[in-house]
Amino acid sequence: MRITQGTFAYLPDLTDEQITAQVRYCLSHDWPLSVEFTDDPHPRNFLWEMWELPMFDMADPSAILYEINRCREAHPDHYIRLNAYDRTLGRQTTALSFIVNRPKEEPGFRLDRQEGADRQVRYSLHAYASDRPEGERYRS
Amino acid sequence: MTVLDEIGQADAPPEDRWASGVIPYKKMGYWEPDYEPKPTDILCAFRITPQPGVDPEEAAAAVAGESSTATWTVVWTDRLTAHEHYQAKAYRCDPVPGTPGQYIALIAYDLDLFEEGSIANLTSSIIGNVFGFKALKALRLEDMRIPAHYVKTFQGPPHGIVMEREYLNKYGRPLLGATTKPKLGLSARNYGRVVYEALRGGLDFTKDDENINSQPFMRWRDRYLASMEAVNRAQAVTGEIKGHYLNVTAGDMESMYERADFAKQLGSVIVMMDLTIGYTAMTSMSKWARRNGVLLHLHRAGHGTYTRQKTHGVSFRVIAKWCRLLGVDHMHAGTVVGKLEGDPNMIRGYYDTLRQPFTAANPANGIYFDQDWVAMPGVMPVASGGIHAGQMHQLIDYLGEDCVLQFGGGTIGHPMGIAAGATANRVALEVMVQARNEGRDYVKEGPEILRGAARWSPELRAALDVWGEISFNYESTDTPDVESTPTPA
Repeated sequence: MRITQGTFAYLPDLTDEQITAQVRYCLSHDWPLSVEFTDDPHPRNFLWEMWELPMFDMADPSAILYEINRCREAHPDHYIRLNAYDRTLGRQTTALSFIVNRPKEEPGFRLDRQEGADRQVRYSLHAYASDRPEGERYRS
Repeated sequence: MTVLDEIGQADAPPEDRWASGVIPYKKMGYWEPDYEPKPTDILCAFRITPQPGVDPEEAAAAVAGESSTATWTVVWTDRLTAHEHYQAKAYRCDPVPGTPGQYIALIAYDLDLFEEGSIANLTSSIIGNVFGFKALKALRLEDMRIPAHYVKTFQGPPHGIVMEREYLNKYGRPLLGATTKPKLGLSARNYGRVVYEALRGGLDFTKDDENINSQPFMRWRDRYLASMEAVNRAQAVTGEIKGHYLNVTAGDMESMYERADFAKQLGSVIVMMDLTIGYTAMTSMSKWARRNGVLLHLHRAGHGTYTRQKTHGVSFRVIAKWCRLLGVDHMHAGTVVGKLEGDPNMIRGYYDTLRQPFTAANPANGIYFDQDWVAMPGVMPVASGGIHAGQMHQLIDYLGEDCVLQFGGGTIGHPMGIAAGATANRVALEVMVQARNEGRDYVKEGPEILRGAARWSPELRAALDVWGEISFNYESTDTPDVESTPTPA
């Protein structure tokens, strides 16, 4: 399966050139970029690990791509996303976020059901990969 | 000082002011052309069409009177009150350019006339009696300025746009939805199938229609169970948060709370209600939604009966304002390009009213007053009704990023199936956002951008082949007065 979190999940994976175009767009809005990675892609896991601090003063798109590539080298089998942050009053939240690296194999999720009374079911989503310890989940 | 002492200090009224009988409203203090509105006043812009022979200023004064303290004749009991304070004041009355017989009257109401946090009370005053007034042929409430002091007596959207995006983990693009079709008649199991296919194919939300409540062919509890199985299955195959607006509209509040509680128990991220339940019921549901952490979607069922005609009723921008105050997270607000009424400028005004932290007066968009929302979160406008993937560039251009685009027929009617229809919409959306961000002239190049994506997306190709040329070209009835503007296809 293909996890479809992130803004451009239904497009073919963005090339570095296409990523750079999005970075330029974010910088033109004064949105600092940050890189995050995880091997726990549960949709409720919003706390992906930070690849260093958000690049508040970095205006050079190639430097941002350089950080993405450093993170890819360090974590080739992780999900990596690029976030743009809008600190404007009234927003103060993520403006754009898309995946720039994913594991070669994405085994996906198991849906656990706990049957209760009155036909009610309690659902729980379980990433197959998370059965293995952190850091070893998508290693082929 | 006693109440009677205070009255004794009031300026002595003119001799004939208190004589029994009928005197013009203008003479009773409801027309004050020199009045300078206070920052705390509620201001209204009314479109007035007086009966032949009725002085427009008198008509404006009558509206001020009948929507505040007045009755048809002089009553001595006014003299037991500081009546000048409670009387609404018409302070402007200007002819509408190019439309003989119509006037825009501006009326100021003191804040003391209204109960805190009650849209029911606000509307009972402002639109309570006066719309049936015989001296007027027609009357329309065009806009209201709600002072910050009154805004702050409401909590507004239970979550708002920012919190909703963080909750759903979806950024940088409009959200996508679809209303389950056919609207009526599906069994719970078939209903769940439609929900599952649409969500797994790429939509963020599916939706009950406004008239799906709990009918003999499918009771609410069965629908909820089937829909939540579908939502959870779709989450498992995509790894994304998904939602289905479970309609909790019912004949009484007790049933609505029961349905909403059940939806929450099943883990639904969102419930919905219809405008037909009324302002107080909606406010109660808003409080429930905040208390229980469930997003609240509002379908504006019935609004067309009073918002559409230009001379009579209440403008939708006012309804939008009231609903932002009483607190909803989503609200249907028009599509521009779809099957339902909507001039692009007017719809921009509705969207601005729902989303902006401060909405500046802008006659071209039908906004008469500056409106400061004093940090109240924004409402996500919902565009629904006769829209399809082939219009994606226009939709993003007109409606922006913080909205829900709902393709009902445009998803479910796809020749390759519902999931393919959903995928077509999601691909069209993402490719258009990508092109916009890359700095391309996406509005002009829209069809070409879509065709480009259709080369690798068979789902989008099929959607464009079926609907690419469909548009709804009718003139809008509700347009701004400043200049005539065409409704685009």
